[in-house]
Amino acid sequence: MSGQGITQILFYSLALIALGYPLGLYMARVYTAERIGGRRFRLLGGIERGFYKVVGTDPTKEQDWKGYAKTVLIFSIVCTSVVYAIQRLQGHLFLNPNHVKGVPAHLSLNTAASFITNTNWQFYAGESTMSYLTQMAGLAVQNFVSAAVGMAVLAAVVRGFARRSRNELGNFWVDLYRSTAYILLPLSLILAVILVSQGVPQTFHAATTVTTVQGAHQTIARGPVASQIAIKQLGTNGGGYYNSNSAVPFENPNGLTNFLEMLSILLIPAAQVFMFGKMVAAKRHAWMVFAAMFAIFAIGVAVNLPAEQHGSQVLRSSGVNITQGHGSSGGNLTDKEVRFGIANTAIWTVATSDASNGSVNGGFDAQTPAGGAVPLVNLFLGEVVFGGVGSGLYGMFFYIVMAVFVAGLMVGRTPEYLGKKIEAREIKIATIGALFVPTMVLALTAISVVTKSGLASIYNSGVHGFTETLYAYDSQSNNNGSAFAGFGLTSFSAEVGSVAMFLGRFVPLLAALAIGGSMARKKVAPLSAGTFRTDGVTFSVLLVAVIALTAGLMIFPALTLGPIVEGLMH
Amino acid sequence: MKNLLSSVVAIAVFTAVLGFGYPALLAAFASATMSSQAQGSLVTVNGKVVGSRLAAQAFTGPRYFHERPSATSPAYNAGATTFANLGPTSPDLAKAVAANAAAVLKLEGPYNPGLTIHGIPVDAVTTSASGIDPDISPAYARLQARRIAAVRHLPLAAVESLIAKHTDGRSLGFFGEPGVNVLELNLALDKESK
Repeated sequence: MSGQGITQILFYSLALIALGYPLGLYMARVYTAERIGGRRFRLLGGIERGFYKVVGTDPTKEQDWKGYAKTVLIFSIVCTSVVYAIQRLQGHLFLNPNHVKGVPAHLSLNTAASFITNTNWQFYAGESTMSYLTQMAGLAVQNFVSAAVGMAVLAAVVRGFARRSRNELGNFWVDLYRSTAYILLPLSLILAVILVSQGVPQTFHAATTVTTVQGAHQTIARGPVASQIAIKQLGTNGGGYYNSNSAVPFENPNGLTNFLEMLSILLIPAAQVFMFGKMVAAKRHAWMVFAAMFAIFAIGVAVNLPAEQHGSQVLRSSGVNITQGHGSSGGNLTDKEVRFGIANTAIWTVATSDASNGSVNGGFDAQTPAGGAVPLVNLFLGEVVFGGVGSGLYGMFFYIVMAVFVAGLMVGRTPEYLGKKIEAREIKIATIGALFVPTMVLALTAISVVTKSGLASIYNSGVHGFTETLYAYDSQSNNNGSAFAGFGLTSFSAEVGSVAMFLGRFVPLLAALAIGGSMARKKVAPLSAGTFRTDGVTFSVLLVAVIALTAGLMIFPALTLGPIVEGLMH
Repeated sequence: MKNLLSSVVAIAVFTAVLGFGYPALLAAFASATMSSQAQGSLVTVNGKVVGSRLAAQAFTGPRYFHERPSATSPAYNAGATTFANLGPTSPDLAKAVAANAAAVLKLEGPYNPGLTIHGIPVDAVTTSASGIDPDISPAYARLQARRIAAVRHLPLAAVESLIAKHTDGRSLGFFGEPGVNVLELNLALDKESK
C-alpha cells in the first residue's frame, strides 16, 4: 500500500466526519422543527403546506407505528405500479429518442422491486434498455423517494426512542416531504452541478454516432446522467445510468468526482448516526455507534486493498508486471479503471457494500477471492455498517438491542437502553429483524444452486459461480444492488430476486417500526449503578462482537464453499 | 382508501418535481454554462466530431498509441458499456491475458529490444471496468513511446514530452491516479507529424 493510498483513505475518513457531523445536527432539526424556514424563508413553508394540502394530510396529526407502517406500505405499492407501468409502456411514450422498446414483464417487475426497495439491483443495461423517460420519471424519482422512505422510517423509530409514554411516532407525509425537500434535493443539486462541470452529461439529445480518428463508427450514449448519478450516490441507491455504473467515465470522469461520489455514499448514513445522537440526547452513545461502524469499515479496507494490490492468481502467474510504482498502480487491474487505481477502487468497494449503495467503480466479479469476500460479508451483516439511508441505522438498532440484552444477561438484570427497559417483546422483534434476511439469503442461494433454472444464471464455472449466486441473493435480499455482474437474467432469477428484495426491505422495516412503537410507549427509568453503559468503548466492542457472532458466523459456512475454496486453489 | 389517494397524488407531485423539473432545470443550467461537458465532452477535428475525451476508441496499427483491452461488443462501444466479469481464477481470463500480452510483445518488441512479458504493465493486458477507459497508465504510454517515435520519425524526447503533456495527474494533485488520455495524445501526435 502506498503512502498516497493511505493519505487518500485518511482524508476520506476525516471528510466524512467533518461533513457528516454538521449535516446530522441539521437533519435532527429538519425532523423535529415544527416549521421549516421561519420568517426568512417564508416561501419554503408555503410550498410545504401546499404539499400537505394536495396530499390531504394534517401535518400536526401524527400516526402510531401501525398507521405509519400502513401508509409506507400503500405508498410503496403505488410506486411499484407506476415504475412497472412506465417500463412496460416506454416504447409508446415520449422522451424516447433512442427508440427503445418496452421492457419484458419479469424484468420490469425486478426493476420496479429494485428501485422501490432502494436496492437498485440491475438486471439490465441502462443505456440500451431504458428510455430517458423511464430513467427520469421512473427510476430517478424512486432514487429520491425510496431513500426518503428509509429516512422517514428512521426518523419515526428514533422518535420512538426519544419519546415517553406516547403512541405516535410522526406523520409519514411530513417526514417523506422533509427528507426529500430539505435534505436529498439540495444535496443532489449541488453534487449534480459539480459533476456536470467535470464532464458528466446532462442533455436530452439522443446518443450520438461519431466517425473516429481511424474511420470506425462509435456510438456514444448520453442523456440526463448527472441528475441521476447525484441522487443515486446520495440516496444509497446505486443504480447506474450506464451498465458499468460509476466505472464509466461519463458517470465518474476523474479523481475528484470519484472522491465526491464516494463521500456521498456514506455521507447521509453517517450523518444519521449523529442525528440520532442529537434527537435522543445521547451524543456520546452516537459516537460509540459511529466508532463500531467505522471499525468494521476500516477492517474491510484493510482486507480488500492489500488483496487487490497483491493481484489475482491468474495475473500473478501470467508474468506481467503487477508491481506498483513507476507510473503504474499495479495489482489486480482487471475490470478496474486506470484513473482510480487499486486504492480508490478498494475504498469504494467497501463503502458501497457497507452502505447498501451498490454502485461500483470497478467490477466485483473479477476481484480476488479475499477482496471479493469483503463486500460479500459486508452485505450479509445486514447493511448496518452505516448502511442504507435510514435503513442502515434502523437495522443497527436490532443489533444494539441484542448487544444490550447480552450485556444484561452478563450482569444479571433487565437490560436497559436509553433509560428504557428492553423486554421480551423488543428482543423477539429485534431477533427477527436481524436474522430474517440472512436466513433468506442462505435459503434462496441453496435453492438456486440445486435447481436447473437457478444454475442457468451462473457465468463463471466452478466455485466462483457459487459465489456469484450467493452474492446475487445476498445483494438483493439486503437491498444493496451491487453484483458479481456475470450473474445472468432469467425469468427465475428475476422473480426470485423480486421476492427477495421486497421481503428484505419490508420485514426489517416493519420490525424497526414495531420496536419504535413499543419504545415510545415506555417510561424512562433513572440510571443506576447496575445499568450497562452504552456511551463507552466497551459498548462499541460488544456491538461489533454481536454483529460478528450472529451474521458473521451465519455466513461462514457459505464463505468456505465460495471465496475460501477459491483462494486455496492454485 | 385515503392513504391510496394520498399516495397517488404524492407520487404525481414527486414525479413532476423530481422526475421532470429537477433534470430539466439542471440541463438548462448546464447547457447555458458548460455546454461541452453536458453534451458528452465531444472532441472535434476540423469541424468534425471524432469522439469523446471520456471514451476510449479503437486505435490499430503502429502509428498510434493503443488503448487498454475492452470487453464491450464491439470493442470500445460507448453505447453499451460492460465489465468482462471473468473471475480471478478463470481459465478464460488466463487465456485472454496471455493473448493480450503476446500481442503487446509482438507490437512493441521490435522497438524495445529485450522486452519480455515482465516488462508489460498490467493495464495493457487487462480489460477496463467500463470497456471505454480513456486512460492508459504512464508506464504503458512509455512502453509505446519508442514505437511511435520510430514509426513517425520523431525524437523519443518529443514523444515523451507529449505524453507528459497529456497525462492527467491526480485531480487537484491529490485524488485518484495519474492516467494518459489516449485520444488527446494521439490527436496531438497527428498535429506534430502528419
